[in-house]
Amino acid sequence: MAVEATTEKPKNKAWGGGVSPYNVSWGKMYMWFFLVSDAFTFSSLIIAYGVMRHRFSDIWPLANDVFTHFPFIEGHIPLAYVGLMTFILIMSSVTMVLAVDAGHKRNNKAVANWMLLTIIGGFMFLGSQAWEWYHFIHGTEQGAYIMNDGTVARPSINATTHEIDLNTLLLPGGKTATGAEAAEIIATSEHFHGANMVKNEYGHPLFGDFFFFITGFHGFHVFSGVMINIIIFINVLNGVYIKRGHYEQVEKTGLYWHFVDLVWVFVFTFFYLV
Amino acid sequence: MSEHHNNDKHDSKHGYYTGDIHNQFVEEHHQSNSVSSIWKTFWILLVITLFEVGIAFTSIPHSILIVVFIVLTIVKAYYIVAYFMHLKHEKQALRYSIVLPFLLILYLIVMALAEGNYLNLVG
Repeated sequence: MAVEATTEKPKNKAWGGGVSPYNVSWGKMYMWFFLVSDAFTFSSLIIAYGVMRHRFSDIWPLANDVFTHFPFIEGHIPLAYVGLMTFILIMSSVTMVLAVDAGHKRNNKAVANWMLLTIIGGFMFLGSQAWEWYHFIHGTEQGAYIMNDGTVARPSINATTHEIDLNTLLLPGGKTATGAEAAEIIATSEHFHGANMVKNEYGHPLFGDFFFFITGFHGFHVFSGVMINIIIFINVLNGVYIKRGHYEQVEKTGLYWHFVDLVWVFVFTFFYLV
Repeated sequence: MSEHHNNDKHDSKHGYYTGDIHNQFVEEHHQSNSVSSIWKTFWILLVITLFEVGIAFTSIPHSILIVVFIVLTIVKAYYIVAYFMHLKHEKQALRYSIVLPFLLILYLIVMALAEGNYLNLVG
């Protein structure tokens, strides 16, 4: 044992040595401080997004006009799909915390079942994100005309016939271009669908860059989380934690998984809602 | 090494030894109502999210909506960290050393957004 208590009891019991002042295992403490540092990374990314959004506040695209698709349903349905993704992730957080709870009760079979559901939830979220990226990259039918100075003019959609109206172009900041002005823009600028790292049909190129980077970085965290969950799941099936006598590993993995959910709550608000 | 622990105060406490080279004793305090509190937290998170999506389509001015969204996000974050990640039941010292560093993030937000607004003004 690295720390052997002396015969004299120190005055300050918690910080006098020999016991964990935080009353937590070393592994769990390391996980917490890793998550604090990871949260700082995500905060920096989201704050950088905020800076550029304020910098270009008059021409920044509204997420409500960008992410409007829902599987198997035609039409303009903003927020519903990303709300569903949030639900999937919260749900998988619930199954994870139930796995941790089953671990406290030393119920190996229940831990395995809840871990399996958590893994399925993680894959569902990743699939949803792939779908979201596909639609963002692929773009809309009407696309947009990207002018030489980088601003975009989007053809409007007729409210009654749902047809693309090339006579009325929507410009950033709520302005419109009609008639000859619209024809001039169409003749002199590039017609573009979807998004990549250098341009997108929705507005400022940085909007696409931040979308790819922030949701991609989060998605990579989810992917890592699913992989770690699978390893733990296999360990549970092999009875590793029965032998060890405790399920602390499930708890530490759970902390990471909840953190991924926590980050999504912030991405959901700052990327999609405000 | 475990002898030392066994005839110490841990005797009466419920817990386990980590089983690695540190073989640290970890106390476990298990509440009987934990499953119901998990589902309660789930419903709170779900209702807040539905409420957020719902009010996004009302005619409430955007400046008010932003404040409401940010407050509700912090409420959701509190429930995830406090109940799912169990931080509420950790020692005060651990809680503070995890939460207080985020005051620096608040400072960064204020500074960085001021910079963004300035860049917008000067073009």
